[in-house]
Amino acid sequence: MTKLLPFLAFLLSFNALAELRATGDLGIVIEREDGNALIINTTEHKRLAKIEKLGDLSHASVVFSRDQRYAYVFGRDGGLTKIDMLKDAIDKRIIQAGNSIGGAISQDGKLIAVSNYTPGGVKVFSSDTLELVADIPSDYGDGLRSKVVGLVDAPGQRFVFSLFDAGEIWMADFKNPKSPVMKKFPNIGKQPYDALMSPDGHYYIAGLFGEPGLALLDLWNTEAGVKRILPDYGKDDEKLPVYKMPHLEGWAVAGDYVFAPAIGQHKVLVIDKKTWELHDTIAVAGQPVFVMARPDARQVWVNFAFPDNNQLQVIDVKDLSLHKTLSPGKGVLHMEFTPRGEQVWVALRDDNQLVVYDTDTLQEITRLPANKPNGIFFSSRAHKIGL
Amino acid sequence: MFKLLVLMLAATATFAGEPSPERQSTLRNMLNHDCGACHGLTLKGGLGPALLPDALAGKPDDLLISTILNGRPGTAMPPWQPFMNRDEAAWLVGILRKPETKP
Repeated sequence: MTKLLPFLAFLLSFNALAELRATGDLGIVIEREDGNALIINTTEHKRLAKIEKLGDLSHASVVFSRDQRYAYVFGRDGGLTKIDMLKDAIDKRIIQAGNSIGGAISQDGKLIAVSNYTPGGVKVFSSDTLELVADIPSDYGDGLRSKVVGLVDAPGQRFVFSLFDAGEIWMADFKNPKSPVMKKFPNIGKQPYDALMSPDGHYYIAGLFGEPGLALLDLWNTEAGVKRILPDYGKDDEKLPVYKMPHLEGWAVAGDYVFAPAIGQHKVLVIDKKTWELHDTIAVAGQPVFVMARPDARQVWVNFAFPDNNQLQVIDVKDLSLHKTLSPGKGVLHMEFTPRGEQVWVALRDDNQLVVYDTDTLQEITRLPANKPNGIFFSSRAHKIGL
Repeated sequence: MFKLLVLMLAATATFAGEPSPERQSTLRNMLNHDCGACHGLTLKGGLGPALLPDALAGKPDDLLISTILNGRPGTAMPPWQPFMNRDEAAWLVGILRKPETKP
């Protein structure tokens, strides 16, 4: 037996060597109904592994450790799962709340924050151990707790998030994780439903559902408070029903413009980033859900709420016109660009497929099977502010 | 043949308003994914309230059917009238009240 041990150790090390895997071009695809996460290789268009039993992933999002080894999956049921993409296995998993919506990783990569609906608030964990570091209940009014949305990381080891029911934006400074410093911005508008951080970490913008416009926080000048953008836009127009809440995660900033979904109108808003006034609107096929710029910002891709969720539209930023309408299949839920944008992966929930497009030719490259996929997240997010 | 006809008629009468199996599967898919987008796949609630039997207990069918068909102004609940008729909404309410029949 003692003779065997070195031999076994040798075998094991050889095994580890044989399975060397880089993680910079990997990604996670969520299978919402089964509660699975697929690990995929974006260069080879391959499924590498299926990680099972992650709970209710009907609204799931993922952030990555800065070494791109670990993926943190935030589940609807309050589950927080740390996946080891080298070992194709769950490293740690906790249930941290009853109902949650998303999360973020801190600037230094050491903290994971989760935004919760029930009980409302933000919980912050060690990214290493998933031990609780801080609990921030979203108390407002008279003993009420708000659902929390639009949680992002910000430079200066901060997290910023919005309170849906309270109409507030909160900023938590975690330079000292044991005692975070809170700054609250009340009266930012009714029902902020999601928010985004500009890729340079300069602006935090919350979309409002309960009234027209967006709420803007300039992180270089927080003393100035939250400013309302486009407060009058669409005020007098009849609102069309919204069959799926838009997402602001993919901040689409292209040159001087910011692209955002209109609410209750089948339009993409083009906002001038210098004046924060409306520059133009682009009529599209339905209620936009994701409005995402290709990394080089030459194109903006848009998907839609039910019943127009079988289409994708590509806007040419050069002249702010509709470039092409694609019909990839049923239930277009999410898309993710490769790090430099030559390809985009699209989740087709009702066709149980992922489709990959060449963003230059707009031709389909390949399709991969995935059961009811809803979210696609590439490990290149590890090094992006606000994602 | 006559017997069969009577039987068929009886069956039709019994299930008046019951959507066809194909339509049922479309409606279930809608419930899981489109309703589930706000109310959660398990209907425990999300941005929208929980739709579990306990949460719906005490709320009359008519109210629920009309909420599905007409939405709730002032909230994020949209009207689903363009995509289903009253019988189908009623069938969905039945499904919601008996979650054990869900797939």
